[in-house]
Amino acid sequence: MNRAPFTTISRDPSPDGPASTAARARRKCDAPDGMGGQRDRAGLARWVRRNLTAHGFLIGSVLCFAFFSWYPMVREVILAFQKTRRGRTTWTGWRNLQQIVHDPAFWQAWRHTLEFTALALLLGFLAPFLVAIVLNEFRHGQGYLRALVYLPVMLPPVASVLLFKYFYDPGYGLFNNVLHTLHLPTSQWLQSTHTALLSVVIASTWMNMGSATLIYLAALQGIPGELYEAAELDGAGLLRRIWHVTIPQTRLVLSLMLLMQVIATMQVFTEPYLLTGGAGPQGSTTTVVYLIYQYAFNFNNYGAAAALGLVLLVVLAAFSGVYVRITRRGDD
Amino acid sequence: MSVRRKTIRYRKLLAATLVAGIGLTGAACSDNGTGGTGGGGDANASAPLDPKTKVTITIDCMPPATKKPELKEWNEDVAAFHRSYPNVTVEGRSTTGQCEDPAAFAAQLKGGTEPDVFYTYFTDLPQVLDAGQAADVTPYVTARTVPTLGDIDPTVLNALKDGGKLYALPTSDYTMGVLINRRLFQQAGLNPDQPPTTWAEVRADARAIAKLGNGIAGYGEYSAGNNGGWHFTAEMYGLGGNVVNSTGTKADVDNAAGRQILQTLHEMRWTDDSMGQTQLLKWGDLQKEMVAGKLGMFLAAPDDITYMVETLGGHYEDYGMGPMPGGHATLFGGNDYMFKKTDSPDQIKAGIAWLNFKTLTMGKGQFDYARTKADGLPVGLPQPEFYTGATKRQDDRLKAASATMPVDNFRPFVDHPVPGRAEPPNAQQIYKVLDNAMSGVLTDRNANADSLLSTAQSQIDQILANGQ
Repeated sequence: MNRAPFTTISRDPSPDGPASTAARARRKCDAPDGMGGQRDRAGLARWVRRNLTAHGFLIGSVLCFAFFSWYPMVREVILAFQKTRRGRTTWTGWRNLQQIVHDPAFWQAWRHTLEFTALALLLGFLAPFLVAIVLNEFRHGQGYLRALVYLPVMLPPVASVLLFKYFYDPGYGLFNNVLHTLHLPTSQWLQSTHTALLSVVIASTWMNMGSATLIYLAALQGIPGELYEAAELDGAGLLRRIWHVTIPQTRLVLSLMLLMQVIATMQVFTEPYLLTGGAGPQGSTTTVVYLIYQYAFNFNNYGAAAALGLVLLVVLAAFSGVYVRITRRGDD
Repeated sequence: MSVRRKTIRYRKLLAATLVAGIGLTGAACSDNGTGGTGGGGDANASAPLDPKTKVTITIDCMPPATKKPELKEWNEDVAAFHRSYPNVTVEGRSTTGQCEDPAAFAAQLKGGTEPDVFYTYFTDLPQVLDAGQAADVTPYVTARTVPTLGDIDPTVLNALKDGGKLYALPTSDYTMGVLINRRLFQQAGLNPDQPPTTWAEVRADARAIAKLGNGIAGYGEYSAGNNGGWHFTAEMYGLGGNVVNSTGTKADVDNAAGRQILQTLHEMRWTDDSMGQTQLLKWGDLQKEMVAGKLGMFLAAPDDITYMVETLGGHYEDYGMGPMPGGHATLFGGNDYMFKKTDSPDQIKAGIAWLNFKTLTMGKGQFDYARTKADGLPVGLPQPEFYTGATKRQDDRLKAASATMPVDNFRPFVDHPVPGRAEPPNAQQIYKVLDNAMSGVLTDRNANADSLLSTAQSQIDQILANGQ
């Protein structure tokens, strides 16, 4: 890919470039203290006055981030190495981490989270992409179809989950009724260790695929039609056009969405919490974030909850780092 | 100096200001981190509240505006209390739903933002002590400040003590039993005045009720949200078992009692088909099914009936209670008010005076049954039951005089009292493990009770060894 060389861009506002600015700065610094200091102070005051409004707005948002994002993150890291007993908070070193690793639910939760992520990617990554490709082919009524696909996203998650809870009920649920009517074998859905996690993934995909579909659709519509025409002239069929034109042209969006989806699905909580009560049959839908919730709010063990949160953060950060490095290498 | 360098200097200044600001904000918002429990020390703690001292106390569990009769009674009580203690201002904190939302309460404790006198469950004591938020009220609670103190069941008071120190005053308690749908019992040809007292009878009655068809289940059980483990523990108590050994250091679930419970439930679910197909149920689900006329029995405390009638629209005459199957022991619990660690001695004295008036005096507050009846609220449930001796006799007499429900429906439960036993240590972690055993037998036709119990045993051992 050809890129404009960054070296040609100068952010220095001076007409004669950074070199002359530096020279002027040196001259000012070399000036006698009194004159230079006064000019500095006057200049600074002028500069402050000119930028006061902008920094006023900036301080508001910075404080918001500091108070509601950065401070809790710092506190979480601190909490991960502390324990409070009888009102006395002490440093425990790695003990919280040792404690969570020795919890029988720890590895189970990680296994389920990774399984959920893999299944969610298989369904939740491919399905919206395929739906977007199909939608992109429609010449008429695309707006209605887009609204239809996006509709589940507009439903409150709790309403969607309750809807699926009803669909999945093995006794009076919609899915088993349909299967029964078609003389097909019914399923226990959420109430079986074999199908509970998959059922949660299906519900989650249905609830969340609208946004991804629209993003993919926007990317697809940005592909120049000439590329497809050229491919067609070269004798490429539908699959070859998707493989050689669609995927390379949307690679950037696809890779970004993959990263975001992995980060989001690894933090899954709402769907299993509402559909199976969190743990599910024999703990088969226990996820890492549900375990964090249990530690914090049911076991009152904030240290362990923070430690597990930290482990999740490190895992996701490491994954993101490696992923970005690999995809960058691919770009180069 | 260039604009660029000024900018850098200005940015440094701004950054320093921000860091200082954030640091100060953080310091202001962080918990104090240190300090022991058992505060509220006062050399003259047993002395009555000085009438000249102006005191304001905040108290939670004030009824919300949607509960008009309850709120009216609260306001009347505050006014009456104010006449006796004009120097005390009681500020109620309203809560929607149940008085304690565990997740919100845990966050309140962490931030130290609970009211001066706050509502807790008996089982919350270790959590509140660990958070360093409980005041030791031992010297304040005497026969002078709480005249009925001597008649409060010592088991209940012990649940509110730690290391011999008292941290709370009870407002209600419960023991678990079998809650039955009398209407379905009658329809199934069973005698609703004789609820089952053994697991064999529970199974037989459940089968008879399920035969009514129309999606009706004979017996319902929890298996999610740690509620399954909670009920398994109560069922173990009923059969004379426990879930941990006497020292609380080892699990004790992989035994005959545990096997009997899981096998009975498995057979009821899969052989008899008397438990319905929908499982993974939590607190609230079974109550809805019973009010809808789709459930015959489940294990519950008497106040579940209050929820079913007042919130879900059920009818008192449709429900009855029997003792815990097995009858060896039953799980007991309840709720109380604790005092914030930072309360002044006068606030503690004022809080105790309020609680004595509102929740611990016959004929006043929650024991003013005549008023409760006049306001259209229920009277007659076998709860609270923490009084003994003369106070209990007086309570029974007052309750009977104003009963608004057929109290005979609870006769089998009241006439066969089962000794209460507190929850195990690390209760929630243990319940989480036992949830898996319960969901196992209720969702898997091929579940192996021995294997589930063996796994639960080793996992609970691990939790206890881990000292969570």
